[in-house]
Formats: sequence, C-alpha cells, structure tokens
Amino acid sequence: MTVAVKVRGAVKTYGTNRVLDEVDFTAQAGQVTAIIGPSGSGKSTLLRAINHLEPLDSGYVTVRGELIGVRLHKGRLRELSERAILRQRSRIGFVFQSLNLFPHLSVVENIIEAPVVTQRVPKQQAIKQAKELLAKVGLADKFDAYPRQLSGGQQQRVAIARALALEPELILFDEPTSALDPELVGEVLTVIRDLAAAGTTMIVVTHEIGFAREVADHVVFIDAGRIVEQGPPSQVLVAPEHDRTREFLGKLV
Amino acid sequence: MTSSSPPKPARESELPKPVEETTDDLIDKLQSRKVVPLRHPWRWAASLVVVVLLAQAAHALTTNDAFQWDAFGYWFTRPVVVEGLLLTLQLTGLSAVFGLLGGILLALMRLSRNPVLQSVAWAYIWLFRSIPLIVLLLFLANITALYATLSLGIPFGPSFVEFSANDLLSFYMVAVLGLSLNEAAYAAEIVRSGIISVDQSQLEAASALGLPKGRQYRRIILPQATRAIIPAYANQLIGLLKGTSVVYITSLLELFGVVQSQASINSGQIIPLLMVGTIWYIVLTSLLSVVQYYLERYFSRGALRTVPPTPFQRLRSRLRTTGVAR
Repeated sequence: MTVAVKVRGAVKTYGTNRVLDEVDFTAQAGQVTAIIGPSGSGKSTLLRAINHLEPLDSGYVTVRGELIGVRLHKGRLRELSERAILRQRSRIGFVFQSLNLFPHLSVVENIIEAPVVTQRVPKQQAIKQAKELLAKVGLADKFDAYPRQLSGGQQQRVAIARALALEPELILFDEPTSALDPELVGEVLTVIRDLAAAGTTMIVVTHEIGFAREVADHVVFIDAGRIVEQGPPSQVLVAPEHDRTREFLGKLV
Repeated sequence: MTSSSPPKPARESELPKPVEETTDDLIDKLQSRKVVPLRHPWRWAASLVVVVLLAQAAHALTTNDAFQWDAFGYWFTRPVVVEGLLLTLQLTGLSAVFGLLGGILLALMRLSRNPVLQSVAWAYIWLFRSIPLIVLLLFLANITALYATLSLGIPFGPSFVEFSANDLLSFYMVAVLGLSLNEAAYAAEIVRSGIISVDQSQLEAASALGLPKGRQYRRIILPQATRAIIPAYANQLIGLLKGTSVVYITSLLELFGVVQSQASINSGQIIPLLMVGTIWYIVLTSLLSVVQYYLERYFSRGALRTVPPTPFQRLRSRLRTTGVAR
C-alpha cells in the first residue's frame, strides 16, 4: 500500500487554544479515510492543514511524499511562496462544508476555471471534461445554470465535479453534507460512494456515522486536538476500545 | 300508562329541520368566484394631491415670464455653452478613470497585509477626504508658489529632467489632477466596501482550487464586489459630474464657468443661463442613471434567480397583451 498523506507532529494553536496537539496521521492511497469527532475537536483544522489552508505552527504534511506548504532548507522547514503553495493545491481537491461555488459564474464556468487557468487545458477540452463530470454526478442538464438556481444537494455535487476537474491525487471533504437537509444528503453521499468504488483517495470529515461505516476503509476518531482511536470501521465504530469514543458514538445514536 | 301519548323522540324527528347554512357551505358555493381585491381609497387621495401640486409647479414654471424661456432656447445650444459642456464631460471622464484606478489601488493597499501600504492608503484617504475640493484646486493652481520646478530623477539624488511647474500644470491639468486626487480617496472606500462585502469563503474556495492571487481577485472577487460597488459609485460619479463646476475658480470655462461668465456679460439673463446649466446637468445625470441601471442588471447575473425585465421589455409585453403592438 502506498501512503497518500502523512501528517507528523501537527500542532496548531489559536491563542491559548491548542486545536491540534501533536497529531500523527496517515492515509493510504486508494482508500477512504473518515475523520470523526465532536465539534471543535480539530478535525476540520487537520483536514485544512493537509492542503495548507491552515498553516501549522509545527509539524509537517506530505502528500505522496512531497512536503506541502513548506520546504526543507538548512535543517529547517520554511514556508513556500504563495505561488508554489497554490500550485500544490491544484493537485488536491477540496470540497467545503458551506456551499461555496462562485455565484456569478455558471456551473460550467465554475468547473473549467481551475483547469483552464492552472493546468492550461484548452477551453473546448475543459468544457468537454466538465460535461462528462456533470454526467458523473447526475447533473448533465444543469450545465448552463447558475449556482443559486440549484438545490443545496445539486450545488454540492457541482462542487465535487469542480474538485474532480483538476484530476486530483486526493480529495478532501469537509463535512460535505452538514449544510444540507436530510433529503439531499443521500444524493451527495451516493456520488462520494461511487468515487470510493472507483478507488479515489479521499479523506472525509463527517458526522454521518452510517456512511463512514459503509464506505470508509479507515476511521480516525479525534477529540480535543488528539487522535483518540483509529482503525477499520468495524473496530472503531462497532467495538471501540476507548470510553471517549464509546461516549461520542452513543450520543449520535 | 304512557302508551297513549306518542314517544317523544319520534315527535321531534317529525319537525322540519331548520336549513342552517354554515360558513363552510357558503365558501364551497363561492369557491369558483374571483376574490374582490382590497380597495385603497387613500392611494387615490394621495395621488390626487401630488398631481395637483405638480400641475401647480408646471404652471408656475411656464407662466412666469421671468424664466425667459425664449432666452433659454437661445442659449441652450449656443457653441460657447456646448464647448463648456464638452469640457465638463472631459473633466468628468478623465477624473472618473484616474480616480477609479487610484481608488482600486488604494483599496487593495488598505486590504493588503503589508502594514506600511495599509497606513499610507489610510493616510491618503484621510487627508484628501479632509481637504475641500475647492481648497485643493487653489493649492494646485498656485503650486509655483510652493515648488517652482518639478524634476524626475533618483529620489534625494540627481535629477534627469526638470520642468517648470507652471509649464507642466496648465489649468486643465490642475483641474484633472485635483478632481482625480479627490475622487480616488472616495472611490477607494467604495471599492473597499464592495470587496469586503464578498464572503471570505469565496477567496478560500478560489485558493483551494489553486487559482493565482491576481486571478482570484479579477475573476472571483471583483465581479461580485462590482454589484455592491455600482450604486455607490454611480452616486459618486454624479457628484463628480456636478463637482466639476468648482473648477471655474481656476478660470477654466466648463459648463458652469460658461454660464457664470455669460451671465456677467449679458445682464438680466442670469435665470435662463442658470436654467441652461441645470437642464444640461439633469440630462447628463439621467444618462448616467440609465447606464447604472443596465450595469446593475449585468452584474446581477447569478445573484438573482431570474433577472427582472427592463422598463422597455415590460412596456413592450404590456402593449402586446393589450393588443396595441404586435
């Protein structure tokens, strides 16, 4: 198995609040890793640290062996230039919790923007790819629509198509369904399930425990900035070893 | 013992049932009838009052000979007035362009993370919002009293070219420069307000996609900010258009300057001349308002689910439904 993401000694503080406290974390390529935990536990911060949206105070992140956001120079980790970081990000897809498509651009313009600008894909080819991706997420007919004309679930599926358009090595999902009403959650999870079946490397921060049990290969439970427990879902979600994990899961049911 | 009298319940059942129409029955009967809309008698009353007042005003304007409408007609398209009008347009156009460019630059400086750029932009805005335009123009017009020569060279070092301040700064230049400096300070705050009105998550989404910094602003932030900027900037532009009238103190003959100087030559014609100026300013302001309307419509793409029809489209569809036009 190849390591897709490696996080070592990750520390992040906001004032006196230690959001990430020496977190070590590994995600395998071709697998789905689910991060679960209570609100404020640091799970979103960990996810955002992986593509350097949240720079770490200390510790480091590698994606497929490449340091993210920093470089090793004379025995120290130094922050990369903004341009270099942006270039790295275009290899890593990110789907946000809030629906943040670009409202003034049509669905297709949202999708082709990054490939055309950052990877210099010819526009016609990008549009063709966008059509294929929209078909994949079940929205082939929404090509010309503007985001506000779509339901929350449809918007989130477009956001997934937008992330996929960069053909990323890895996709990060930050609670992709928590802004949606229960009826729309299913359609988004279906898309993620299909991606998992196709062997896409994904890290998903989620509150959908049933979904994590079904789709994830590896589950990480995080609380107060530390990883409490991790392992296959059959272990962490069904027969957890730690009281804290049991307490958290008990509250969800 | 009670067999002779018929049972009580039977007797009651023989009584004719009173036909009682309930509200539900009534509503059932009426359900296919149109609802009578609420009448608004006070709307009619208020409209009547306003129409009477307007009629009075129109009457006062047209019947008072002191307005000298024939003189107004004479002056309205006189070449000297048209020249002034063109100068007003030039001054407005140039200062609007320079002012907006400067404003965007200042807004980006204020929003940058560089504390030096931030404070310089803040200080510029503070200073030029504090100086009355008329004072600024007089300072610039008298620049030779401060600096007789201006030179281009290494800062604090030798200079390569030297100009006489008087040659470089004609009154025309003074006007454009003064208006632009003033305009940039106000435009900066308008642009900044537009930029900060765009949700932070848009920038985050753009940078998660790896879009270069400039592209994030040009393609994602500014188009959305523009929607908030247009109404405020249109206000500012209209203010600028009328503000150009201040430059007459540098003896530059723009629209108001012409009106003012002609009134001093042609005694007794001040009222028609002022009306000429007023009507021209109204015409220009109206044109700007129309442009504003269509720009707002264009930049509302995606912000509204459906863009409402323009007044022309509404008129056309109304005419079509009444069968007047086909």
